[in-house]
Amino acid sequence: MTAFLALIDRDLRLAFRFGADTLASLLFFVLCGSLFPLALGPSPDLLRHMGPGIVWVCALLASLLPLDRLFGSELEDGSLDLLMLTGLPPSAVALAKMVAHWLTTGLPLLVASVPLGIMLGIKGSELPLLLGGLALGTMSLSLLGGMAASIVLGARRGGVLLPLLVLPLATPVLIFGAASSYAGQLGTSSAASLDLLAACLFACLPLCPLAAGQGLKAAVG
Amino acid sequence: MNISAQTGDGLTAQHLLDVRDLTVFRGDRLVLDGVSLHLDAGEAMILTGPNGAGKSTLLRTIAGLRTPDSGTVIRKTELAWLGHQDALKPGLTLSQNLALAVKLGSGSLEEALDALDLTTLADLPARLLSSGQKRRAAFARVMLSGAPLWLLDEPSVGLDVASIDRLGAVMATHRQKGGAMIVTTHVPLPLGEARSHELPSLANVEPLWLS
Repeated sequence: MTAFLALIDRDLRLAFRFGADTLASLLFFVLCGSLFPLALGPSPDLLRHMGPGIVWVCALLASLLPLDRLFGSELEDGSLDLLMLTGLPPSAVALAKMVAHWLTTGLPLLVASVPLGIMLGIKGSELPLLLGGLALGTMSLSLLGGMAASIVLGARRGGVLLPLLVLPLATPVLIFGAASSYAGQLGTSSAASLDLLAACLFACLPLCPLAAGQGLKAAVG
Repeated sequence: MNISAQTGDGLTAQHLLDVRDLTVFRGDRLVLDGVSLHLDAGEAMILTGPNGAGKSTLLRTIAGLRTPDSGTVIRKTELAWLGHQDALKPGLTLSQNLALAVKLGSGSLEEALDALDLTTLADLPARLLSSGQKRRAAFARVMLSGAPLWLLDEPSVGLDVASIDRLGAVMATHRQKGGAMIVTTHVPLPLGEARSHELPSLANVEPLWLS
């Protein structure tokens, strides 16, 4: 457990030191979201209807950005060998990196989705539901993304392959996530979609680190 | 095919490491063919052989980074690893780079830095260090681990004569304390009394699908 926490701590320190990565995906998120009013027209009604969907799609794309470097930089400079020899099982190493990815990408995205949501005209009363759904959804996205990143590790053109692997796997998260966020507008209950969103998370939680651990083992072997 | 960190059967008490009939393929090419070796406490072993003979592959297999295609590795102790690359993050200072090793290991940072003459560089970002200084920093990580078995892949790359002597002194102290090490090198190292194990080049062995 000490080693697990030490790995997360190390990654957080690295992320603070190289803040540009986190900042880049945040700016991408906000910029991407601000393009929609330009393309769809400034009708407040339209934007309010599209708002939750726009936030979800942008969050999905923004969380993909840092994945390429998640294990790639560790493999390049030889740190991955050392991480694999810390005595932790490979899946625990992968899980630590995924947790760090959520803390440095998912969490900032949650914070940035508040101004983006307000900009798109989402009502204050609908925001908590959006944030709750996003919190569950971004956790699943970090797990799925980390798994895909470790699988393409060492492959040529891995960066291109990565979105092709993650996006189809992320569709359930997107569907249930957006459905939960629309419940406020449509006046329906969000319970079912949130349950399914949480179910996605609890399916990813054991499976993704296991698969990612195998990917890491293959990459260093 | 079995890698185990526990006591193996029929192992004499002082063997830290016992490697039996290790065979490793890379793709369809045979890299290691039935390598057997053992290491006792206080011993140093130098792996020699031409480029491509599988020295690094053997070290990686012993470390458990790679699964052997056949044969066993029985290791009774913790190990410390020094690979080709120094694994230093350019933006972090030297001591920040070593922070994880300090936290997980049992060595003292001051002692390690002092032994390798890195004390004055501790707060410099790693990107400002020369390649020899980086190599010493990576070696400091091995010292910090506190593990008895050291696996060192070309530890002296980029080091000047004075640094190589310093490395020799550190390695001698480690052996006196009952540690052991396997070292690959192309230049002579001040290792004192050391066994050497030569790996033959298998570059001319025909690939499986031809034979």
